[in-house]
Amino acid sequence: MDAFVPWSAIIASGLFILSLYWMSHPTTARRGVRAGEVGMLVAILGALVHHEVVSYDLILIAMVAGTAVGVPMALLMPMTAIPQRTAISHAFGALAVGLIGAAEYYKHARPEFAGGFVLWTLMFEMLLGFLTCTASVVAFGKLQELLPGKALVFPGQRIVNGGVALAALVVAVLIALDPTRTALFPLFVALALAFGVLLVIPIGGADMPTVIALLNSYAGLAASAMGFALGNKLLIVAGALDGASGFILAVIMCKAMNRSFANVMFGGFGAVAAGAAGGKDDRVVRSASAEEAAMQMENASSVVIIPGYGMAVSQAQHKVSELYQALTKKGVDVKFAIHPVAGRMPGHMNVLLAEANVPYEQLVELDDVNPDMPQTDVALIIGANDTINPAARDDPKCGIAGMPIIEADRAKSVFVIKRSMASGFAGVDNPIYFNSNTQMLFGDAKEMVGSIAKELAGGGSGLGH
Amino acid sequence: MDALNPDYVFVFLLAGFLGFQLIKKVSPLLHSPLMSLTNAIAAVVIVGAIAVTGEAGATPLARTLGFIAVFCATVNLVSGFMITDRMLKMFKRKGS
Repeated sequence: MDAFVPWSAIIASGLFILSLYWMSHPTTARRGVRAGEVGMLVAILGALVHHEVVSYDLILIAMVAGTAVGVPMALLMPMTAIPQRTAISHAFGALAVGLIGAAEYYKHARPEFAGGFVLWTLMFEMLLGFLTCTASVVAFGKLQELLPGKALVFPGQRIVNGGVALAALVVAVLIALDPTRTALFPLFVALALAFGVLLVIPIGGADMPTVIALLNSYAGLAASAMGFALGNKLLIVAGALDGASGFILAVIMCKAMNRSFANVMFGGFGAVAAGAAGGKDDRVVRSASAEEAAMQMENASSVVIIPGYGMAVSQAQHKVSELYQALTKKGVDVKFAIHPVAGRMPGHMNVLLAEANVPYEQLVELDDVNPDMPQTDVALIIGANDTINPAARDDPKCGIAGMPIIEADRAKSVFVIKRSMASGFAGVDNPIYFNSNTQMLFGDAKEMVGSIAKELAGGGSGLGH
Repeated sequence: MDALNPDYVFVFLLAGFLGFQLIKKVSPLLHSPLMSLTNAIAAVVIVGAIAVTGEAGATPLARTLGFIAVFCATVNLVSGFMITDRMLKMFKRKGS
């Protein structure tokens, strides 16, 4: 049976690569999931038949228990909770990596391994694993709103963070040089866990897309490092694929905000959000009713809908889909403009709209939709703010200057669904609300979109004839 | 024996490069399912967890740590693949 072991790793690696390859497009993506599943099965079989594995009781119990937790989690999770689920799954994955590292460390806690490659790699792997674990738990807490979503900053934060990071590194080096210092090991784990918490508490809710992507990357790199330590090429490959994926997504998110990694991780962005820009305003805001909005959209030939996190918060995606159906039925061309950082994780808006049966051809990216904006009759903004803020383009001094935006303000007329005049995550004033072609629809996104859709669908209302 | 095997660096380099090329081609439509898919794939660390838990001469501590690791990795891979599929099932073309 041992002859199967190396082949299982090769087959699994090949299938994981195919899995990502097929993931490139919605038409083949489900095949990608199948390939990944088969690859995983082959990998697990390969591990189980390995001659060194002699006892199966605990392994099987853990696998049955894990399945018993995983299946309901996958089936019952509402789509709006996908960012939280992703965060907590990074915590699970990273914890597994950390614990395997710990077990391996105790095996290597003998003088002959001192300063050896395996120990250095294990220490690196555990540092990454444990910090990713607690960082992901904090990210989960923020997304689930168990913790305040705003950036939490305190004086001397950087010094404290730096001190904890340095201490963790020093202890890691001490253990790597002399692994028999087992008394230091719990301290090392505690420092790594604490650093993970400190890393994410100063990051605000709207920066979560970048953070989740980065944590995804860390979890992958930790798995890859474990592959180096255990001499397992399959882990190196799978970890490198995961690490690359998270890294690319994080880069895309940063570019979409015109910010650097350092700024996202250490900037304390959004700490002063809301309230700062409120008050003392004598500019004129025009507000409209659902009927008026419905009438204008009915008479438009093209409508671009721009969803943001507010759509997810009020769970408005199904009503948005009704609106889309009603307008399409009346011959209006409806597109959805999706900003890369809209929502709380990469691709968040796409999943919600797909859940509500909006065909994916209607979902358009930032760069593709902007050239069409001046010819667009109506732009409808649902719970988005910073991603459509023209100040990012026009005012080089504002807090989000240079961030690519969806140029909703260039549309012939603009409707904004918003609960109040409060500013967005970045705490930057949004001049689009005061433009002469903008009308505000104050209210909850779900109710407001629902009433517009009802106006459009309920032919008896006698609108616009 | 306890030294860096250059073969592993070679494998890491190629896999990392391949990963970049593959992920760049993934449509932004699918970035959420992509994350849960790669997360499920990274749960292949279960291979290491199985070895730690089941190998001959494993200490009770190693078996306990390994047990938790197998559990965590199983949760991730089962829920990860299933939820990815659940998301992908929802992406429909016009008129289907």
